[in-house]
Amino acid sequence: MAEDFQGRPTTAAIIGSGNIGTDLMFKLIRRSKFITPKYMIGIDPRSDGLARAERMGLIPSAGGLDWLLSLPTEELPDIVFDATSAKAHAAAAPRLAEKGIVAVDLTPAAVGPFCSPAVSDNVDPASMNVNMITCGGQATIPIVYAVTRVTGQPEYAEIVASLSSKGAGPGTRANIDEFTETTAKAIEEVGGAKRGKAIIILNPVEPPMKMRNTVFVAVPAEYAEPGPKQDELTASIKQMVAEVQKYVPGYSMKSEPQYDAPRDIWGGLARVAVFLEVVGAGDYLPDYAGNLDIITAASAHIGDILMEYRIAHPVKGTPQHVEFRAATEAPLPGSAAARALKQAAAHDTSKDAEGAKA
Amino acid sequence: MTDQILKQERTTTDAVGTKRAVRITDTTLRDGSHPMRHMFTEQQVRAIVRELDDANIEVIEVSHGDGLGGSSFNYGFSGTDELKLIRAAADEAKRAKIAALLLPGVGTVADLKRAQDAGISVVRVATHCTEADTSYQHFGAARDLGLETVGFLMLSHRVSPEKLAEQAAIQVDAGCQCVYVVDSAGALILDQAKDRVAAVVDRIGKDAQVGFHGHQNLSLGVANSILAYQAGARQIDGALSALGAGAGNSPTEVLAVNFERLGVNTELDTDKLLHAAENVVRPILPALPYMDRGSITQGQAGVYSSFLKHAERAAERYGVPAHEILARIGERGYVGGQEDMIIDVALEMLNEQSDPNIVGAK
Repeated sequence: MAEDFQGRPTTAAIIGSGNIGTDLMFKLIRRSKFITPKYMIGIDPRSDGLARAERMGLIPSAGGLDWLLSLPTEELPDIVFDATSAKAHAAAAPRLAEKGIVAVDLTPAAVGPFCSPAVSDNVDPASMNVNMITCGGQATIPIVYAVTRVTGQPEYAEIVASLSSKGAGPGTRANIDEFTETTAKAIEEVGGAKRGKAIIILNPVEPPMKMRNTVFVAVPAEYAEPGPKQDELTASIKQMVAEVQKYVPGYSMKSEPQYDAPRDIWGGLARVAVFLEVVGAGDYLPDYAGNLDIITAASAHIGDILMEYRIAHPVKGTPQHVEFRAATEAPLPGSAAARALKQAAAHDTSKDAEGAKA
Repeated sequence: MTDQILKQERTTTDAVGTKRAVRITDTTLRDGSHPMRHMFTEQQVRAIVRELDDANIEVIEVSHGDGLGGSSFNYGFSGTDELKLIRAAADEAKRAKIAALLLPGVGTVADLKRAQDAGISVVRVATHCTEADTSYQHFGAARDLGLETVGFLMLSHRVSPEKLAEQAAIQVDAGCQCVYVVDSAGALILDQAKDRVAAVVDRIGKDAQVGFHGHQNLSLGVANSILAYQAGARQIDGALSALGAGAGNSPTEVLAVNFERLGVNTELDTDKLLHAAENVVRPILPALPYMDRGSITQGQAGVYSSFLKHAERAAERYGVPAHEILARIGERGYVGGQEDMIIDVALEMLNEQSDPNIVGAK
């Protein structure tokens, strides 16, 4: 099952060897352009996830973050994907930053800004730490934004995420408010709505249901009428669905956006409703786990965007790994830093700020 | 709170708190919110609470039909903020405790705290009958806040009595003082209700009480409630004039008269309840609770009762019959909270009608 993923210009460590970490590992192995997954970090030496990572050619360790950060500088990863818990990431974030390691945070810790890769304005490729919101947030917030960019700031947007019970792990179950509250906040901060609300439902039906998401946004009355305004909004939504499909192939709209006429109880506003489905890519998890697939796919995608920027800008901008390494010592031959510096020298884009946008 | 106190509180043999053999909790102002399309006014709440309190109802549930935080596009927006309604209810009640419903995934601990500030002293945390472990956060917070706790296992017909009992034990472990077998679809038929209650009593009866919440979709809400009592349930839900989702809940006034006739002490004033149902609630009913095709289909197909009004609305909007939407919802196994899937199913049926490749298309 050897897949050639060695020799890409940057390296990654995945912290958290559970379902999400394992699925992410496969996505990086199979699809990343710039990242070689190098380490899988867990806390239980007997975990299946660590054994599987080793079989795939990664270096496993049950020593946690302490082990990873004790590595010699030249062996440190350029980027870390943290799939542990909010509490663990809050503690890890400053230590990673100190070493100049970029962090993609899949927990609800939200140390860094919320990140939805499809909402391009939202992604600063120079970020040292980005937060992946929630699975439901990844599935729905791009659509909220697709409405915002046409109608201007919506008064209110709401999302309903339905997950198969089998796709919701103990962490989600024990902290379900983290899902609703984090998603609601990101509907506002990233989606652009004045007020956001999120609902999550777990459904145990067998065979397991695919992840479903519904987005409701309050829109001005004129959008409820067929015509150019409505067409413009529908086009924006469809364009956004296509954008998300670029990194989540199983993402689709189940029907045309539904427009409902204004009602008094809606404050005289109309409503657009978008019905979405996410079928997992089956990299590691079954297709009903679309909720996990969409967050790992988005994370792998943003990882590439961040690393592409690092490669292009190795000695410029905010504290970054390559700069840190280059400033303190000559990069070891063959190390990630040496590769990045070599690439940067070959394509000197560091003076071209505009060229930075991935 | 010390462990000692927690232990004492968790043993709920005294939770009824009086000489009552069974506690009838009235949910007119919560489950009734569905047929009212969440448009209860403060004045209506005050009038109904005054009557219930006067009739010696011990617990009155007030909130959006889908619980705290339920006001939304998906479930319907509240005409009056539920916290305002809770405040009015608490202000009006002299003896009764005010309760609120909370569905994890819809309402949050922050909502719970606001509801406590508004005057609730009981919270009823509702999960689907297989998802009890999503309630830890909310039961934990409720106990820390000093609230009395009740757990709802919704759509209880979907699992076996044994499975239900296991889930009840999880809610008790989370901090729940009374677990309800909730027949959200009005689908349980006599022994099916009784066996579930008995299994839950066997499993958790030493640590917590057991309750039953019925619907009239197949006309068995009251009969199931009596069987539930016989199987050991000590808290039973009702709504005045059956005002609740689907074909309505077990009518509070009918439950009271039945228990009175059976010699089971509810400590309720049945005359006052009959008066309240007839003279206070009936005049504001949007329609008499009735087993129409839609609600019978809900009992038959095992569909969450509050889907009815949403299915009627989707039927009107998309021109497909409500009962057919509900039947398909039942086939798919959608659970409480997935009201968005009603529109999804209606659209799917509409597309099939216009697809010439499907036999029977119009």
